Amino acid sequence: MRFPRSRRRPGAVPPSRLRLRDLGSEALAGLLQRPGRSALTLLGVMLGIGSFVAIVGIAQTASGQIGKQFNVLQATQAFVFDVGARQSSHPAVDFPPDADALAERIHGVVAAGIYWPVRFKQAAVSGFAGGFLASQHSMPVTAASPGLLAAAGVRLVTGTLFNQFHETHAQNVAVIGRAAAASLGITSLQGQPAIFIDGQPFTVIGISASSQRLPQLDVGVTVPASTALRLWGAPAQEPAQMLIRTRIGAARIVAEQAPVAIRPDNPTLLKSAAAPSVGQLQHNVSTSLNSLFLTLAGIALVVGAVGIANTTLVAVLERAAEIGLRRALGARPRHIGIQFLTESTALGLFGGLIGASLGVLTILGVTIYRHWTALLDPRIVVAAPVAGAAVGLLAGLYPALRASLLEPADALRR
Amino acid sequence: MTGGPGGEPVIRLSSAAFTYRGPPPVAALKPTSMVIYRGEHVAITGPSGSGKSTLLNLLGLLDKPTQGSIEIDGIDVGAAPERERAAVRAHRIGFVFQSFHLLPYRTSIENVMLAQVYADEPRRRRYASAMAALAEVGLDHRAHALPTALSGGERQRVAIARALVNRPSLLMCDEPTGNLDTATTLELTDLLGSLHRAGTTLVVITHNPVVASRAQRQIAIRDGELAEISRVTPQPATGAPVPLPGAGATGPPPAPPETLPPADRAPGDEDTHAFPEE
Repeated sequence: MRFPRSRRRPGAVPPSRLRLRDLGSEALAGLLQRPGRSALTLLGVMLGIGSFVAIVGIAQTASGQIGKQFNVLQATQAFVFDVGARQSSHPAVDFPPDADALAERIHGVVAAGIYWPVRFKQAAVSGFAGGFLASQHSMPVTAASPGLLAAAGVRLVTGTLFNQFHETHAQNVAVIGRAAAASLGITSLQGQPAIFIDGQPFTVIGISASSQRLPQLDVGVTVPASTALRLWGAPAQEPAQMLIRTRIGAARIVAEQAPVAIRPDNPTLLKSAAAPSVGQLQHNVSTSLNSLFLTLAGIALVVGAVGIANTTLVAVLERAAEIGLRRALGARPRHIGIQFLTESTALGLFGGLIGASLGVLTILGVTIYRHWTALLDPRIVVAAPVAGAAVGLLAGLYPALRASLLEPADALRR
Repeated sequence: MTGGPGGEPVIRLSSAAFTYRGPPPVAALKPTSMVIYRGEHVAITGPSGSGKSTLLNLLGLLDKPTQGSIEIDGIDVGAAPERERAAVRAHRIGFVFQSFHLLPYRTSIENVMLAQVYADEPRRRRYASAMAALAEVGLDHRAHALPTALSGGERQRVAIARALVNRPSLLMCDEPTGNLDTATTLELTDLLGSLHRAGTTLVVITHNPVVASRAQRQIAIRDGELAEISRVTPQPATGAPVPLPGAGATGPPPAPPETLPPADRAPGDEDTHAFPEE
């Protein structure tokens, strides 16, 4: 086969080029020349990116768990405190009689009610009116508006809760906790059992199971607030407070509005508080938990970058002859530089990709082991390989510069 | 302009010199003028350290002369920017090295195709032209072998195919047989001879007298000076026909010495060759 001979005129020599596709395949071939070394090199970036993803993901998951636990109770409740009574010299209740209804008018409120503990000088609750059987039990007595029982989520074993009727008429009725019922010897509401509080008879109309929000109701006796006021007066040492159950996410806003809604004439008598919001909790958790680990991941990433820089530099020296050959074949310095830059960037990119995958797997492993719900911002999964590529690019700058500055005649001699 | 003994000049050195920057500065090549014409087969000989490699690096645009000028195909490339010099290397010069410089992880044809990357040959045409170049050196049957599976002579043939694939104006061979045994050296010399007969312009740096003797012209270099220029009678391979330019060669190559005995030539002919007057 005869090869066509050149028929060249002076002048127009087309510039030498390195097309994008050729650049890609040359860089990839460069990496695959030494697959073991390439794999070891991207290990550093892989570890760095992987631990970043894993730490951020586990932190998000963990704070999601914490948020979940708080969600159930704290995040859906707010308290209003009677600061006016606390500061006044004589006992008072600064909540109006219709405080429950006023509070429930606030958007986001599910139920609301006031309560205070009734204090006696000595144990005051007894199952019998008198005689030797009338031993006194020192169980807590709570005065509560009907709304409180709903707000506290009191569930009944049997009977009924007192309602607005009992409250309005200040009736001597009581709801007793299951534990209290057992110690008072009350097992059934048949025959309308009675108990005596400070000598006053009360009809037991309900036995309650448990209240997550106010556990003290389980072991004590709850009576209507109006009845307590009528018999024993306003609370002296521990003023009344209001428990508001809200919808999820509404606690803070409800807490802000409650004093004005309940005492528009003098809101300063009341002071409200809500549990910290979920977002704030998650933020606090992730920042405190993770700064150390993120620092470690950052160090791993820097070590990875140094590894890439080192390997690429070694490759430049080792492949000097190849560089010389490429220059002899018409490569311009920039073609050489960009090839090595592409190689180091690809190393970083692959390291980031594998690291991100391993990070996600780690998160999954931890969450499966802990029975958590895995949470990870998808932006992090996308950003991880990009960050890896950026690390590779930075790490390759100096070696690529060195490669492009090699003199072809020198390089060929190596 | 100088009209050589047939053909246009491919390379023209005008008082080109190269001094390694010190300390102390070393004048590796003293100011030198010479012309190589299209279709010529020139051997450059000299002992180690004589400046052979420096001359090759200048002729191959791997180094810039510290003074004087170099023209290739009429383009002044001595002081040209790297962009232009790289373009000339890619399209007009083919290199053959003593140590082959094949990439060990690539097959023969992939090594040949590497030269087409920078010359910007369209991808779809690369395979066919690389295969044609391999066929020209008689190695198309080893196109998919790795260099490690090839003998020294075969490796150098792959390197020659790589140098030819962009159809350069000039083939620059630096000790092409330096790493080869005697028999392979003869084979390779025959190959170079046949490439020359087919019209290729050859510059061969060698200290092997057998290889040098195949050239139409021998330029000896010593201590950075072109000390001796001799025209020898080429000794073609046994039974080979008198070298004739291949069909389609550009311009008439120098007349074969058989048809033009040295006695018939003007005494100053060689000097004109090597030191053309400007």
